[in-house]
Amino acid sequence: MTQGIFDSNSYMNMELLRFTTAGSVDDGKSTLIGRLLYDSKSIFEDQYENIKATSERRGENFVNLALLTDGLRAEREQGITIDVAYRYFSTPKRKFIIADTPGHIQYTRNMVTGASTANLAIILIDARNGVVEQTRRHSLIASLLGIQHLAVCINKMDLVDYSKEVFDNIVRDYREFASRLQAKDIQFIPISALNGDNVVSRSNNMPWFEGVTLLYLLETVYIAGDINHIDARFPVQYVIRPYNDEFHDYRGYAGRLSSGVLRPGDKVSILPSGFTTNIKAIEFDGKQLTEAYAPMSVTVLLEDDIDISRGDMIVRENNQPHISQDLEVMVCWMGDKPLQKNGKYAIKHTTKDARCVVKDIKYKLDISTLHRITDNPEINMNDIGRITVRTTAPLLYDAYTKNRETGAFIMIDEGTNVTVGACIILD
Amino acid sequence: MSFTLNHLKSLESEAIYVIREAAAQFQNPAILFSGGKDSIAVTYLARKAFYPAPIPFPLLHIDTGNNFQETLDYRDKLVSKLDVRLIVASVQDSINQHRVTEEKGYNASRIRLQTTTLLDAIEKYKFDCCLGGARRDEEKARAKERFFSHRDEFGQWDPKNQRPELWNLFNGRMNVGENFRVFPISNWTELDVWQYMGMEKIELPSLYFSHRRRVFERDGVLLAESPFIPMKPNEVVEEQTVRFRTIGDITSTGATFSEASTVDEIINEVAATRVTERGGRADDKRSETSMEDRKKEGYF
Repeated sequence: MTQGIFDSNSYMNMELLRFTTAGSVDDGKSTLIGRLLYDSKSIFEDQYENIKATSERRGENFVNLALLTDGLRAEREQGITIDVAYRYFSTPKRKFIIADTPGHIQYTRNMVTGASTANLAIILIDARNGVVEQTRRHSLIASLLGIQHLAVCINKMDLVDYSKEVFDNIVRDYREFASRLQAKDIQFIPISALNGDNVVSRSNNMPWFEGVTLLYLLETVYIAGDINHIDARFPVQYVIRPYNDEFHDYRGYAGRLSSGVLRPGDKVSILPSGFTTNIKAIEFDGKQLTEAYAPMSVTVLLEDDIDISRGDMIVRENNQPHISQDLEVMVCWMGDKPLQKNGKYAIKHTTKDARCVVKDIKYKLDISTLHRITDNPEINMNDIGRITVRTTAPLLYDAYTKNRETGAFIMIDEGTNVTVGACIILD
Repeated sequence: MSFTLNHLKSLESEAIYVIREAAAQFQNPAILFSGGKDSIAVTYLARKAFYPAPIPFPLLHIDTGNNFQETLDYRDKLVSKLDVRLIVASVQDSINQHRVTEEKGYNASRIRLQTTTLLDAIEKYKFDCCLGGARRDEEKARAKERFFSHRDEFGQWDPKNQRPELWNLFNGRMNVGENFRVFPISNWTELDVWQYMGMEKIELPSLYFSHRRRVFERDGVLLAESPFIPMKPNEVVEEQTVRFRTIGDITSTGATFSEASTVDEIINEVAATRVTERGGRADDKRSETSMEDRKKEGYF
């Protein structure tokens, strides 16, 4: 970061890109992020001096950039990433939020966490090992969670003599597997995170590579089209009633648009009651807005006095979500105990709380082959499976592939209050 | 037509969503208010989140007693301007009640003692949620925080066993006696906060801006001359042109040499700087994992 970059006009036009990183243990994720931060000059001197001193104390003969993200005592001791670490950097073009997620299988749930809000996923492959089960698992999770853009980085190219043949073989293997994924935009980049090849600047060691560097891809990948601006969905989060003389009859519905656009005058339906009315005003911080779009947090005022509470949804009359108590779901399981058939769980969907019962476990996915295991499948931690649930109240939902907000919910163990399932609603 | 929010507007919308979610999911939240820019940002965001209704929770100030007077003046002015209730929990009271013992020596600090005062206040006022201005870019242990961060009945944070936080679905369910810390500006950087302050023209404590002050150096940190910090014989006080990048307890908040006297000048200074803002915090220099250790005990 150099002086003058952040003049008051340019930073007002910067876009935000959220990305996640995934790979097996020791594929070098933390090193890659350290490299991105270091080469984009986002590491501060005291941070660098700190990790340099720690590296020396540990007897490492290079500055271990992985120490930048591995912040917990146990992570530093074991040299692995346990939990999602969030990192931030910016270039003159964009501001980036990185969710650095663990590769170890027992922490796969954290990868799901990181992926659920990401625009792009970096999938790291060790050039010496090629496509392995974790690569497939992470790619599947990224694809399932609706990440449109995958940057497949074949790392440690320095250890395979920067071989084009190694790179080409891995790309071919990956493509064969990826043809069954939903992600459409997949780019391959040969890198060495340790030495910096093709991370921020082009590598002189791989003149045969004609693609762009990782940072260039992150700065330019087109994400404005990722948000659904067609289906207006406004889950009511909180009802604002000031109860004072000045705003005596004020009743504002606060929330954040999940998708789409709303304007004053729009004819809307309130779900699940089905009453229709018009939008009287859209406000934010006391100012009247002429339109609101996802993901803006605003307050909506309606023409008519209707009983509306948290969990209800304001939508356009002529474009409504599905309403049902019976749902077909892909679940990523995160609980210690296996998913219970006929088990009951609390759920959170948009701003609505409800409960559900698992009616059926249809199959579990074999991550390596993507084959469906239908013979009495047991869904354990880190498994992905297809289930049918029935909810205590109707959910207002869209298919996850159309809407990442209204198409997702979480399952919570009612005994421990722990989040145990990440659920993606199918059509 | 392009429906895009710039990064500051995206972060603002996210923070307001989180604050409203805390108001909806918890019975009795409070905002942890230190007088620093981050808790000021959270307070202003809460104002926006519920406008025209008042902020539906009080400000809780854990007062070490070792304050900059400017911080207290600013706090009292803000409280009356926003018409919000202020609760002060004092470390001195905890010491008087023998709940904690004052540290001794030149580097004595009340930072660690704050944890007991905070946990006692949470119990006394039955707060089930404390909203704080912690940011993930501040410190490596904070980089692992959730928006909704669970604390057990001892106020402890268990970093190795955190609840997964998926999409924008925050799980604030808990058992009796447990509580949550909620961090609406988790994804903001120091620069984002300053840019936001500039965009919103929010008034800040004068300590953040360049001024003349009598300071001395200790262990690489520039400390303010103050009756709360005993001086070593070889330490020399000099008047310098400085400002503070963070504002906390006077005994551990380091100043930096700076001529930046407006928000725009600070933005340029922060954008060009090569040292993190907590680089000047004596409380973080105690050990490599001092923040993680304090957080596990129940610190902010």
